[in-house]
Amino acid sequence: MKNKYSIFSLIKNAFSQHENWKQAWGDPEPKREYEAIIIGGGGHGLATAYYLAKKHNMRNIAVLEKGWIGGGNTGRNTTIIRSNYLWDASAGLYDHALKIWENLSQELNYNIMFSQRGVMNLAHNLQDVRDLKRRTHANRLNGIDAVWLSTNQVKEFCPIINTSPDIRYPVLGGTLQRRAGTARHDAVAWGYARGADEMGVDIIQNCEVKGIKRNGDQVEGVETSKGFIKTKKIGVVAAGHSSVIANMAGLKLPLESKPLQALVSEPVKPIIDTVVMSNAVHAYVSQSDKGELVIGAGTDAYVSYTQRGSHDVVEGTLKAILELYPIFSRMKMLRQWGGIVDICPDASPIISKTNIKGLYFNCGWGTGGFKATPGSGDLFAHTIANDEPHKLNAAFNLNRFVSGDLVDEHGAAAVAH
Amino acid sequence: MFLINCPYCGERDQSEFSCGGEAHIVRPKQPTELSDDQWAEYLFMRKNIKGVQFERWNHAHGCRKWFNMVRDTSNDKIHAVYKMGEKPPVE
Repeated sequence: MKNKYSIFSLIKNAFSQHENWKQAWGDPEPKREYEAIIIGGGGHGLATAYYLAKKHNMRNIAVLEKGWIGGGNTGRNTTIIRSNYLWDASAGLYDHALKIWENLSQELNYNIMFSQRGVMNLAHNLQDVRDLKRRTHANRLNGIDAVWLSTNQVKEFCPIINTSPDIRYPVLGGTLQRRAGTARHDAVAWGYARGADEMGVDIIQNCEVKGIKRNGDQVEGVETSKGFIKTKKIGVVAAGHSSVIANMAGLKLPLESKPLQALVSEPVKPIIDTVVMSNAVHAYVSQSDKGELVIGAGTDAYVSYTQRGSHDVVEGTLKAILELYPIFSRMKMLRQWGGIVDICPDASPIISKTNIKGLYFNCGWGTGGFKATPGSGDLFAHTIANDEPHKLNAAFNLNRFVSGDLVDEHGAAAVAH
Repeated sequence: MFLINCPYCGERDQSEFSCGGEAHIVRPKQPTELSDDQWAEYLFMRKNIKGVQFERWNHAHGCRKWFNMVRDTSNDKIHAVYKMGEKPPVE
């Protein structure tokens, strides 16, 4: 690695007041032609480019980003990572990602601040208890760590939770995945960008795709705000804007794009050292290293590309947070924002070829794509390079909406992802 | 978040309504004769437009009637509201 980050490079650069660090990735103008083009410079897109270069030796490729890298949902999510999904296909997909997360800082030589602080999912009614217990069994059969916690064990693990039986939705127990946790989301995009750039990938920011050129059923290139770029393979990783890109190619996807909100509080001293999610009351909370509470709210119930979201959604989430954590009642919220998420009818992603040759889609991650970033990139790169899915993403093809072989995680996942 | 002019009740907060998704997707007359592709198209495939979209809404916490709406999904601006069965306005 050209500019390896280490304690020695840190000391060396300290002598020059840290003014001589080399730029971590370049700012090239697009070439006329590439072997493959990735549309979307978020975590998934950059990871795809990284693995295409690293594992499949495709170096003449470009990532096109209409804004700045990591400026979309990669920088807007609540950074939660877990793999405790019910179905075998999902368990395989998300645990593949979790295993890559565990060594990613070392692999990228970039500190992504991966912290396995555990994710706890609460049960608030008898059906929750049955569903979550069933899920822990399914997880363990798939080799994923999961334990059931009684109400007292929940209280012991996270003492600030109100476990009184008198609240509207009392805590009847919960599940815990200890290998789960959080990572610094911006660092994930930056680490992958730096790694991909070093292998020769062109990362082109401020370059919006305006059209996809086809010759019959084969793609020929993309029309962009920086001119036409020729290519035989296009991987679309455009999250909320996947349908917009699909329309350019004359394709319809089973997606609806909706604003999903999150918010952070003022920073406080460490008070919650894990991630707690509650499906029934839709509230989840963790604490960032800066001390802010990171709170995830729900999606608006209508299609919108506005990147803001409704006030009543935030209000509902904060009501639930206050009942579960009375200690937060006087905290001020600092910032609130929205990102556009593309939701599939079965709440599972699409990592797939299409019936247009050379056009691949990685979309439909809905409200929970961040956790899958490394696995998604790895499997999508495999799909693009070989024109065939990897066995771990074979179930996540576009054709499942025709065959009916859905991966129905909607009610089954731990929370609204 | 926005205000919606219910054709039966007048202007109300959006939180009183629920959205029924893309409008004017006609239920197949002969479901038994549909191919798998046609079923997928009817059940799952959506235009998901960034821009002016036709959609169905229900005044769930009001008169509970369904109606149609023309809304720009890129800025949430509502262009028209019309009753079920009425012809969609031409832009």
